[in-house]
Parts: sequence; structure tokens; C-alpha cells
Amino acid sequence: MQVSSEEILHIANLANLNLKEEEIEKYKKDLQDILNFANIVNNADVKGLTETIGANEACNVFRKDEIVESSKREELLQNAEEQQGGMFKIPKVI
Amino acid sequence: MSREDYEVIIGLEVHAELSTKTKIFCSCKTEFGGAPNTQCCPICMAMPGTLPVLNEKVVEYAVRAGLATNCSIERNSKNDRKNYFYPDLPKSYQISQFDKPLCKTGYIEIENENGEKKNIGITRIHIEEDAGKLNHDDFGGGCLVDLNRAGVPLIEIVSEPDMRSSEEADKYLKKLKSILEYIEVSDCKMQEGSFRADVNVSVRKKGETKLGTRTEMKNMNSFRSIIRGIEYEIDRQIEVIEAGGKVEQETLRWDDVSGKTFSMRDKEDAQDYRYFPDPDLGLIRLSEEYIEGIKKSLPELPESRKRRYLEEYNLTERDAKLITVSKYLSNLFEETVSKTKNAKASCNWILGDISRILNEKEMEPNQIPFTSDNLAELIILIEKGTISSAIAKKVLEEMFENGEEPSKIIEEKGWVQISDEGAIKEVVLKILADNPQSVQDYKGGKDRAIGFLVGQAMKQTKGKANPQMLNTMFIEEINKM
Amino acid sequence: MKITELTVHELASKLKAKEITREEIVKAYIDRIEEKEKDVQAFITITDKEKLIEQARKIEEEVKKGNITNELAGIPIGIKDNICTKGVKTTCASKMLENFVAPYDATVAEKLNNENLISLGKLNMDEFAMGSSTEYSYFKKTRNPWNLNKVPGGSSGGSAAAVAANMVPWALGSDTGGSIREPAAFCGIVGLKPTYGLVSRFGLVAFASSLDQIGTLTKDVTDSAMLLNLIAGHDPKDTTSADVEKKDYTKCLKNDVKGLKIGVPKECFGDGINEEVKKSIEKVIEEYKKLGAIVEECSLDVADYALATYYIIACAEASSNLGRFDGIRYGYRTKNYSNLKELFKNSRSEGFGDEVKRRIILGTYVLSSGYYDAYYKKAQQVRTLVKNEFAKNFEKYDLLLTPPVPNVAFDIGSKVDNPLEMYLADLYTVSVNIAGLPGISVPCGVNQEGMPIGFQLIGKAFAEETILNAAYTYEQATKFREHYNPQFKK
Repeated sequence: MQVSSEEILHIANLANLNLKEEEIEKYKKDLQDILNFANIVNNADVKGLTETIGANEACNVFRKDEIVESSKREELLQNAEEQQGGMFKIPKVI
Repeated sequence: MSREDYEVIIGLEVHAELSTKTKIFCSCKTEFGGAPNTQCCPICMAMPGTLPVLNEKVVEYAVRAGLATNCSIERNSKNDRKNYFYPDLPKSYQISQFDKPLCKTGYIEIENENGEKKNIGITRIHIEEDAGKLNHDDFGGGCLVDLNRAGVPLIEIVSEPDMRSSEEADKYLKKLKSILEYIEVSDCKMQEGSFRADVNVSVRKKGETKLGTRTEMKNMNSFRSIIRGIEYEIDRQIEVIEAGGKVEQETLRWDDVSGKTFSMRDKEDAQDYRYFPDPDLGLIRLSEEYIEGIKKSLPELPESRKRRYLEEYNLTERDAKLITVSKYLSNLFEETVSKTKNAKASCNWILGDISRILNEKEMEPNQIPFTSDNLAELIILIEKGTISSAIAKKVLEEMFENGEEPSKIIEEKGWVQISDEGAIKEVVLKILADNPQSVQDYKGGKDRAIGFLVGQAMKQTKGKANPQMLNTMFIEEINKM
Repeated sequence: MKITELTVHELASKLKAKEITREEIVKAYIDRIEEKEKDVQAFITITDKEKLIEQARKIEEEVKKGNITNELAGIPIGIKDNICTKGVKTTCASKMLENFVAPYDATVAEKLNNENLISLGKLNMDEFAMGSSTEYSYFKKTRNPWNLNKVPGGSSGGSAAAVAANMVPWALGSDTGGSIREPAAFCGIVGLKPTYGLVSRFGLVAFASSLDQIGTLTKDVTDSAMLLNLIAGHDPKDTTSADVEKKDYTKCLKNDVKGLKIGVPKECFGDGINEEVKKSIEKVIEEYKKLGAIVEECSLDVADYALATYYIIACAEASSNLGRFDGIRYGYRTKNYSNLKELFKNSRSEGFGDEVKRRIILGTYVLSSGYYDAYYKKAQQVRTLVKNEFAKNFEKYDLLLTPPVPNVAFDIGSKVDNPLEMYLADLYTVSVNIAGLPGISVPCGVNQEGMPIGFQLIGKAFAEETILNAAYTYEQATKFREHYNPQFKK
């Protein structure tokens, strides 16, 4: 599959990353190389094989519905760049 | 062409918050209204390195909802990540379910005004986590993020596009809400956002088989706005088509103040959620026994309760239907009847004055401050003649104010009915002396004059005199004259 | 012998015999770090000297009073900087988390605290564990103690180099596609990646959730068993954590491999393997035969598939796992924004390094609409295929033996510009993660330049005992550490 510049920009936008003009080509080439290699998976004979989701087949691992005391707010907010009134501050959202 | 020439197609996606004690993937409490970010931990704040563990009650509640809405329960299910960036979504992905929801293909029966029944299909019910809340910052031009709601468990109930009018949508939503309340999986408090709907509307010319382009109104949380929004969209879409235009597929925001919808679309951000199975959570495999166990534990649903009321309590079809809409009122009814043995009076009080006051006060039934004991006492007090029904209405208003026992209110207010013969006779004689004309009228054959005299006596006693006794005594005394 | 040259089990017996004190041990390491850190550059955060000494003294006192009885109390350790430690920075070697202090302890960190181990500090790595050379650290390039111009391997390069350079007695690392075994091989130490689910991932900053596993980097196999004892065990906070019986892994070190069946996949010795590495592995095979094991050639024709699958799955999961770094609740926030979208984009673009961005883009691409089936879904099926291939081999063999890497440590800067070539170095390690199996890398020699070579043993799920015993038996017979030591060549 050929990756276009538009596609790279669309993908970068989905991932919330900027690509500078000069980076587009570089990322495009790297992605293309890796994808060409990754295409090997399409040669594998996987007829009838189910998908492996996790590395082990654990299922129905649930938690009881029991309250545990919440953390201290100061500790949860200590890494935030900007806060106000015990909340995280961000620019205006439309 | 006019509106009659168009067919309306409505589909609904309802989000109901589950009434579990803790969040879906961590052990923080879900209680509404805590101070910002005080019901949080590193997990629901998406601190690096944290992992989700699924709350078993969430699975159970979703399965209950599925069974109560005639869904088939999937034996193999899983959690998927829905990836998108938004400041109220701390992990930048929502753990939801994509291609293997817990419940599939159910239906809910609704009934039109003329008694006609119709099934509204349910495509699927899946579990997912709620997002946080964005508050407006009072000072600068910013927003503030509160993550108390982040991770509160939700079920999303997706209907088929089976509704053909805003009335049908309204009926479907009310029935769904009633069912979820009955099976006690959600308190469905709309004002707190724990029952809200995304509304999909499209129109097409009658006879057309292809669906029209739909628009989606997000996060509606009152029945009134939903009806208004649907009506507005129908008119708007028809207007666009009639003007030769094309309805655009878009997400809309309903504004209650202006009564209009507004586009929420951000063209730059074409969404691509990149769903994939969440590798942090194992598969959900439900056994036959598990599902059967839940089936057995399901309480009676409104439909069968209504049928029982017709037989057991001799209620009219209309009353039985109305009183079973709310599980709370329905329970209040049954408890009151068990104490008063008077189904008719119990039903009348609940559907009459109690419902009226709830409406006026914009209260939910479960906010009623008194118990079935209190209501039963009130009814028995009327039966015993301790108070008149006129006084009883005033007592009820008081009960709504402070939740006190009727007998106590009556005592405090001095509202006990006068049934003492001597006291009544005294009043009767006084009224007769004051109203010789009415006495003449009655003797002249005008029976209605007695009504006037009883009214005067009630006025005199501030409604406390026993009206039956007054009636009998007036006739006796006039006949003696 | 100097204190810092001793293994942990040697330190433990000296402590028991009261030949040394915990304070002496900690001081020896403080001195060693001071001496070597400028050359090796293994640490991102070094614990404050006074704090270390005070901690050692306190533990010593409690031991004297009989309040602390476990034999490893007061033993120092180094921790890879993607494992959360309450109150101490956890940076993942990223500008994004340069100042991040976790408000909680990872389950493994909690376990070490409960046993009163002393953390010497947090160790360097490739940013968010993405890399094979530790050159992708935002902060510094760690050097290989055997030759300071060479990479230590990665992503647990700081952990491997610190152990090899005797700057920590042992260390925790994490392994998503070889990130413990490759640097262990490059640095001439023992690196164990346990079975997926044996060690809790709670508190390990996720790179690829279905592949990540915390493991050990140690001077010898006995230390690996001892450290595994400390960190293994079921954790209700991690749904993927296995509910298996708690074991004492030192009990399995029997120094006997008679009758053990070892398969050697012929595909691992094809094109691309370095001659000296190949020769070295052949000698290991001979040694095992001499020790009484049955060694046979077998076939495991999945390496290419596994590598392609690995990069698809790892990047897809990473693209989602790293979404949370949005500049709001923690982590780097750009100064340069006027709206929300810019806050997101600029914070992420300025906070992440190139390799991380490359993998996020690849991961976003393979999950995006239209490509999901061709890449991600297919990769998940190939994953099943890889597991099945391993299962077939394990019907016949107790263990598989392969090189962990096709080559020895390379020169710093020689591969950074070619991501694909760097990825190909992971060929022999990733299939183990894809299948969720345990693997160990054990040193077996050096090349002509004096750079270490290792070999890898792969076992069935939860067969850590088999792996450790086989590695131990080889180690006892050959005594690598008695023959070779890092020279800090400049």
C-alpha cells in the first residue's frame, strides 16, 4: 500500500501530532518501509485461526462493587501545569 | 407539499448511568454531586501505569437490562477502546464495546392513545464508561475539568429506527425509563444526567423506501426538549427538502432557550475512532447458569404488574397503566392498600393529589418525603370520619412539606373533624336562625337549600364539621320546625 | 573481592554472617556510582546519599531488634524509569514526563518496599521503552560498560549497564519485544523476561499492554531466581495477572539437565546472524550435550511473521496507550497554544521524541478505518499462529535455545537513522512476547573485540523453573563471570 502525504497528515492529526513540512517526507518513508515489511503478515496462512487478544486467555476477571476511599486531591493534581478550584484548567472549549 | 406527505423516522441511543456503588473500572464511589475531583483515584484520572478492572455488577446490571427488554444475551463479549481526544476523557480512549455487545436484538412494546400496540426494536445494549465534566471558568476564558463522573458506568441502549413520531419516541423513552427503574439498574434521574438520549431524526416522502439523511441531536435530558427537538428537526428538514436542498448528515446541539438546533460539526476533525479490543481486560464469557440466575432474580415488570392490578385490585385499565409507570408509586400503592384494604382510595390519592403535587414541585416520586404508613393513616382517618377529604388535602400538602405523620399534623393544626352531636347541633341551630329564607326554600321543595346550609356550617367550622352529620341534622331540625 | 562485585546471594550470606553491614553495602554503591556514572550514564534519578545511608542504618537497627527478618532487607536495587515509584520521579526517559511524580507505587515497587529493599535510583531507557539501544532517551545516552563507544542495548539499557558496571547489585527492567534480554546479552549479564501475567503490570507505564512484562537483570541466575521470588505473584489490580501458585524459584536450581530436551530452531541460524555469535551458540549446544541434555534441531518458522506482527500490535497499542499524554493532568504542557487543539498537538509534538512519534503514527495508521482488517486483525490472527507454532515445539521439547540477538552491541549512533534495521535486531526476542512465554538471556562468551555474547532459552508458559535450572546448570559449568569482566574501554 502506498502512503500519501495527505494520509500521513490525516493520521498525524488523528494522533494529535504536528508534522513539519520537512518531517512529512521522512515519516512517510519510514512508515512506508515498515508497512512494506509488516505486509509479511498478509502472507501468513491464518485460515480458521481466531484472533489472540491478550497474551493469555484470562476471562471474567472482575472486581467486587465495593467502595475504596478515593485518593487525596492534592496528590492527584500535583502534576498538573494549571489548576483552579481543585480542577484542571484548560483553554475554552466551544 | 405539507408535513402529511412525509414520513418521520426516529432512532434513539439512550445512555443510562448504572446505580452501582463504585465506578466501572476502579473502586471510587459514584455518588452525584461531590466536590470536584474528590471521587477520583490514579485509575480514573488515567495516571500512567494504571490498569482497569471491571466491576462485576456492571455486567450483571447490563444483562438484567437486556433480559428486561427481550434481548438475547451474548455468551462471548469483550471490551474495546474507542480512541478520541477530549479533555473530559482522561485516557483519550473510552472503554466501550464495539462488535460484541453484551445484549442484542430486543424490543420494547409501546401503546398508542387508541390502545394500538407496537414493538420498538432494540439493536443492542453495551457497557461503557462515562466521561468527566467540563465547567466554565468564571474569570478567564477557560474551562475546568472535574473527573468525578469519569468512569461512572453506563449502558447504552440503541434502538432500531422504528419510531414514526415524537409521541412514539416519548412513549418509548418513558417505557424504557420505567423498565430500568423497575429492575433497579439505574435511578434514571434525568436532571442529573443519569438518563439521557441521542436522538436521530430523518424524514422521507411517503412511499419512499430509501431512508433520508439523518441528523443526530446529542445528550438530550428532558422529555420536553426531546419532543420539541424532534418537532423542530422534522420541520427544519422538510423545509430544506421543500426548498430543493439536501439535509446534511451532522451532529446537532439542541438549545432549549431559542428552541433551535445548532451544528456541532468540526470539519477539521473527521472522526475515526480506531476501535480495537482492550488488551488490559480479558474476555467476558457468560454461562447459561449465570444468565438463568439473573433471569430468575428479575422483579415483576410494569406490564405484568398492570395485569395483576386489573384482577387483584379491580383498577380500571387506565389507572392500572398509569400507576405502574413508576415503580416507586406502584410500590407505594401496594403498600398502602395492604394497610388500608382500600385500593380505590389509595389509587385515587396517588394518581390524583400526590401526582399533581409532584408535578407542581417538579419532584421525582422517590423524593416523596412520607411513607406508605403515613398515606395509609391519612386514608383511614378519612374513613373513620376523623377528618374530611377537604382537610385531608390540606394534610397531604403538609406531609409534602415536612414528611410528618397525618395524625400529628391534624393535632398540631387543630383540624380534627367535629363529630360530637352536641357541638354539631349548636352550629346547625345557629345557621338555621341566621338563614330563615333557606329554611323556607327547603320547605317549599327546594332540596338544594340543604347544600347551602351545610356549606355555611362548614365555613363556620373551617371545614372541620362532619358533613354527613350536618346533612342529617339540618333535615331533622327543619322537619321539627 | 569488592562489595559491589558480589552477587546479591553473596551479599545476603555475608550479611547473615555479619561480615558486612547494610550501611557498608550502600556506601560502596554510592562510591561506585560516583566513580562510574560519568562514563556509563545509566541513571536518570539517583537517590540522595544521606537518605540512602539513613535508610540502611534504620533497616540495620530494625534487623538487630528482630523487627525485620527477611534476608534481603537493606539490599540495594535499581529500577527502570518506567516503573512508578511514589514520590520519586518516573520519567520514562521522556521530555513528556520530565517532572512527573507518580502519586502511587507500582505493585512491584510496593513489593520491594515491603521487603525493605533500598532503591539506588531510576535507570535510563529508550523513551517509553521504544528502542533497542537506549539512544532514544530524552536525557542521555547510556554507554556499554564493556566498551563505552557501544550501546548497552535497550530499552532497559540503563538497568543492564548499571548491573554490568556494578553500580547496582541488580535491577528491574521491562521487556515488550526483547528489552530485557537484548541489553542483558549486550552487557554480559542475565536477563529474565517472565511469562506474561507472572509479574503484575500495575504501575508499569504501558507501551504495549499485551506484550509488556516486568523482569530482572542480574549478575547471575541465582539472583534472577531470588528477584523473581520478590516480584512474582497474582495482583487483583491487574486483570491480566495470572492466578498461579507462589513458588520459591531458588529451589529449582538443581545444577542438573540430564534428559532435558532442548530444541534449536534452525531458522535462527540463517542469513543475518553474526559468525562469532553463531559459533558461540554452537559451543553452548555442545556444553548442554556434555551436561546430559538432549539437544536437537527443530523448526520454528515464524520469526518474520512474529516481527511484523509485533510491530503492528505494539505500535497499535502504544498509539492508544500514549493518548493520555495530552498536557492536561500531568506531563509536559506547551507554552505555545491559543486553543485546545493546539494545546493537545503542540504538547504532544514537543513532548515526544521522534521514535515515539513514529510508532504512534504507525499504530494510528494500522488501526485507522480501512486498514484495520489488513493489519491489526491479521496480526492478531498471526499471533495465534505463532502461539500454535511454539505449542507444537513444546510437545517435543522442554526448552528452545536461540540467540537473543543476531549480533553483539553496535556503535553508538550507527543505527539511529534506520528504524527498520533497528527493528530487525529484535527478530529472535519478539516472538517470545507475541506468545507470552518466558525467556532468559545468559552470557556465554565474548567476541574478538571483547564484547559479550549471550544465548536465549525459551520455555513453556509458567515454566520459569525449567529455564532457570537450565541456565543455572550452564552457568555453573562455564563460570562466565570468572573469565570476563567489563573493561570500560574508551
